[in-house]
Amino acid sequence: MSSGFDAERVRADFPVLQQQVNGRPLVYLDNGATSQKPQAVIDELVRYYSTENANVHRGVHTLSQNATEDYEGARAKVKRLLNAADDHEVVFTRGTTDSLNIVAQSFGKQTLEAGDEVIVSNMEHHSNIVPWQMLREEKGVVLRVVPIDESGELLMDEYERMLSPRTKLVSITHVSNALGTILPVEQIIGMAHAHGIPVMLDGAQAVPHMAVDVQALDCDFYVFSGHKLFGPTGIGVLYGKAELLESMPPVQGGGDMIKSVTFERTIYNDLPYKFEAGTPNIAGAIGLGAAIDYVQSVGYQSFAAYEDELLEYGTKALETIEGLRIIGTAPRKAGILSFVMENVHPHDIGTILDAEGVAVRTGHHCAQPVMQRFQIPATVRASMAMYNTKEDIDALVRAIDRVIEVFS
Amino acid sequence: MSGLSDLYQEILLEHNNKPRNFRKVDDASATVEGYNPLCGDQITLYLKVVDDTVEDVGFQGVGCAISRASASMMTQSIKGRSLDDAQVIFDAFHGMITHPNEEPDYDTLGDLETLAGVNEYPTRIKCAILPWHTMRSAISGDGDTVTTE
Repeated sequence: MSSGFDAERVRADFPVLQQQVNGRPLVYLDNGATSQKPQAVIDELVRYYSTENANVHRGVHTLSQNATEDYEGARAKVKRLLNAADDHEVVFTRGTTDSLNIVAQSFGKQTLEAGDEVIVSNMEHHSNIVPWQMLREEKGVVLRVVPIDESGELLMDEYERMLSPRTKLVSITHVSNALGTILPVEQIIGMAHAHGIPVMLDGAQAVPHMAVDVQALDCDFYVFSGHKLFGPTGIGVLYGKAELLESMPPVQGGGDMIKSVTFERTIYNDLPYKFEAGTPNIAGAIGLGAAIDYVQSVGYQSFAAYEDELLEYGTKALETIEGLRIIGTAPRKAGILSFVMENVHPHDIGTILDAEGVAVRTGHHCAQPVMQRFQIPATVRASMAMYNTKEDIDALVRAIDRVIEVFS
Repeated sequence: MSGLSDLYQEILLEHNNKPRNFRKVDDASATVEGYNPLCGDQITLYLKVVDDTVEDVGFQGVGCAISRASASMMTQSIKGRSLDDAQVIFDAFHGMITHPNEEPDYDTLGDLETLAGVNEYPTRIKCAILPWHTMRSAISGDGDTVTTE
């Protein structure tokens, strides 16, 4: 491909991709659900558990000091990845869902009163809908939903009209997990800030595909998951501007989040520990650090351009298939090809694709309101990563031909 | 590939294309919803029971080929039969799908045997079984919405 990116070389770093499934070479196109892990991440987890395992922030012994150093080193890597202003603006969480819930339960519970509004989009993952509905039950908060057009683009006029003195937070996805739409987040943030409203971006589907600079964006919260960024499961990030995180109460109490405890009074720890009660996912954080190193060694700039070409190649290939309709045709997209076929349900497509060694996600992608918007029960979603190739797309197309054959 | 053609047999595809009893029964004595939250399959089953006999049965809804064919064949198998028979057919079908190592009750199953291939696809078993659980809820009279979770 013209970008000159060597996907085969990247692919060689991912042991899971070197196998056959149902007698065919594995074609892994379910990266939107979770990405595969490079050997460097697997090795780092083995190294940590083999040589260094100890609890952090506690022991004076050597292993504990080393573990603490690597855990905090991973935080510094996340800080550089996002270009945060300071390490302590990076809170380790269990994942995007956990991060979103922390903001809802801490910032939301403290700041929002009955009648106050949170703005989300019509293409949110359930994890950016349900936490706000829980707050609605509890406090009478109002959830406003920015509609999308037929291509899956946000209706910016509608968004602008929704911003009001009642709006206390805009919580919106950076890249849609069901459609692939890249949202105009600079504009979204600019318009919200003009009204003094903070913005949280759900970057779960963005960080695997594009460099993110939270200071350039001036976003107030940014959240993502390690496992979609070639890191381990069970680790994620909540970035927040220091002054916001400082003002927020902790959500969980326990060890590590305190400075001192008496039965009369507890003094909470500083950022970020205030939000990290209990022994954290040390290995997960260190593994995420290794994943960030890996992604940066490959280089966002080189693989982002390559992924754009791959997406264009895939879009053109699918468009030629009769009876197939791509869901999500916004001009700016990242990594995702969602589609439906006439007279064949997505689950049947998924089963037949799997028999051909092609792994895709079928269903509502935890984004049922998107499905309702397009009046479909489900889609097939092929989601790409930097290690996918034109040959993977060709295999997908051949497998779809097989679907047509079975159902003809 | 033998697995795939075992699953998507011609008779299954034919039921998917032209489902039997795919309609509302206006004078139904029981109407029960079935829902698979994992994949969004949804079925509404209408049952008209007179003197402990399934006089009429119909279904509507959206789902994959397996759930649709399974629903279609289920309605055929119980129409005109007693409620006790319907329970026996349910047990035979349930056994075939969930206990692949046991000999199925071929006499009771008849054409339903076509769906046996589903038991090799653990993620699809729920698709096949949803209409059946919905039917059992309808005949047992509890009438609650059925989910496969």
